Amino acid sequence: MTFALLIEQLLNGVQLGVMLFLMAAGLTLIFGVMGLINLAHGSLYMVGAFACASVAALTGSFWLGLVASLAAAAAAGALIEITVIRRLYQRDHLDQVLATFALILIFSEGTRWLFGSFPLYLDIPPLLQGAVGLPGGAQYPVYRLAIILAGALVAFGLYALISKTRLGMRIRAGESDREMIAALGVDIRTLYTLVFALGAALAGLAGAMVGALQSVQVGMGEPVLILAFVVIVIGGIGSIKGALVGALLVGSVDTLGRFLLPQALALMVPPDQAGLIGGALASMLIYILMAIILAVKPRGLFPAQA
Amino acid sequence: MKREDAINLVLLLALLATPFIAQAMGETFTVTLVTRITILALAAVGLNIALGLGGLVSFGHAAFFGIGGYAAGILASHAMSGEPMLFGFEGSNQMPVVWLAAAIAAGVVSLAIGAISLRTSGVYFIMITLAFAQMVYYFAISWPAYGGEDGLSIVLRNAFPGVNTMRPMEFFLVCFGVLLAALIFSALLRSSRFGAALQAVRQNEVRVASIGISPMPIRLTAFVLSAMITAVAGALYADLNRFVSPSMLSWHMSGELIVLIILGGTGRLMAPVAGAALFVVLEFWLGGITERWQFFLGLILLATVLFARGGVIGLLAGKERHG
Repeated sequence: MTFALLIEQLLNGVQLGVMLFLMAAGLTLIFGVMGLINLAHGSLYMVGAFACASVAALTGSFWLGLVASLAAAAAAGALIEITVIRRLYQRDHLDQVLATFALILIFSEGTRWLFGSFPLYLDIPPLLQGAVGLPGGAQYPVYRLAIILAGALVAFGLYALISKTRLGMRIRAGESDREMIAALGVDIRTLYTLVFALGAALAGLAGAMVGALQSVQVGMGEPVLILAFVVIVIGGIGSIKGALVGALLVGSVDTLGRFLLPQALALMVPPDQAGLIGGALASMLIYILMAIILAVKPRGLFPAQA
Repeated sequence: MKREDAINLVLLLALLATPFIAQAMGETFTVTLVTRITILALAAVGLNIALGLGGLVSFGHAAFFGIGGYAAGILASHAMSGEPMLFGFEGSNQMPVVWLAAAIAAGVVSLAIGAISLRTSGVYFIMITLAFAQMVYYFAISWPAYGGEDGLSIVLRNAFPGVNTMRPMEFFLVCFGVLLAALIFSALLRSSRFGAALQAVRQNEVRVASIGISPMPIRLTAFVLSAMITAVAGALYADLNRFVSPSMLSWHMSGELIVLIILGGTGRLMAPVAGAALFVVLEFWLGGITERWQFFLGLILLATVLFARGGVIGLLAGKERHG
């Protein structure tokens, strides 16, 4: 094991974390403002990836695809908010889980209907191809660095939006007292649709960016969704700061665990055994992390509301 | 007799009679279909103790379903190969032993999962049970000893004393017997002191605590009981398909189990049976007309949640009285 390899894995962990943050930020925002648990968030991620891949294939431009992914995911989000989700705010969580579970079935099968069962592929744009040298002599893909940068920009933008703008002020007000801000004349229905579309667009962006790293296929959103759940449970549901910290924590623990655990075990048991046990343990590591954090802080690291 | 009781009785009789009629008409496949309904209903009866009575929305019951399935598969494979497993135990192909093992394994795991996740409530509980089930799922995939991602075949269905379980009809009767036992247990539990306390905890936790009953042990007991029944269903399901794979542990399975209860009617004793029957029939019927059956299943489910909250039993028996 070299130092360079460790750096590379650490960067991979941060990149996974950034991607999880884009998913988790939307989920936690929607929960914080509307009190809604949205299982279909993974479907919006998938919509973004498919929109990007098909527009990029059609026009030959990744950047147009990226714009399309934001637009398509936001539109899909607004559409389901107006037709379905809006009826669920007053319902209990069980109904929300079921209705959004039904939406997953509809989205997945609908996408398979439109695009077929074969995965689509998305190329990394020419501008971001290639690799840069890291200290220690390793090479690291520019595209993954770009994802990290994009995630950092989104995190900053989200912070600025929520703490500095009028819309952000309304979102924060909606979190603390929805009746009151409706009484003050804010159109709460439009605000909810906007917040939902914003969360959807972030998921779509994540889907589009990851689409260039792996194949774009039906069902790609679900593993990410569950990881994003782990992230917001760790961070504290409703807290964007919690989502950021949780995402980076989960991303690096997962990546480094898969890399280091088999090697650490190899010091104690025979190598073939170590790979086996290490691999199985590493796949459980983030859930163990979640269990430990919850045992100490049942409401997550940054509880949003008292 | 109340209207709901009459409906329940008719449902059970129909479930019992259908395979006999199908058998007489030579439609053996229908027997298997009804067996599937019976087993899924049993799994949902388990979940209904946590979800219906206790108000604990567990989105991770596939973990217990799959653990039951793997208990059956692993014991059977050891009994087949004669290779001893832990503590020199040689496996077993006897259903009662397998069920016991399934229930104990799920009981231990659910005790650990419950002890952590029941510290939280609401959305946290939903997400945490989901996450723990995923943990079990990934473990099953990455642990190659029992098939890993490919799953594990059961060559011969496990045996039940005095019954030839390889015959569809006799296997169905075994499953029906277990379902009936579970339903009776669940009805007794509902009207017991424990059941009253559990429902009280669902309705108002603070009040229950203020009259000197601690909510946590009650919830945990309900959660573990619920997991154990679901695990027995998992063992039967593995026997039905003679195959167990990580897909039994997947979160789609957890979702389906909740869907069964909601389709049947939340909080009703027989919701799992009505829901499972409707679900399997829908799946079979839609699957026959279109390849895209999941799309329409999603639409039907969405409509049920939005507009018909009482489910099948609510539709037939009218509104539930408080209690």
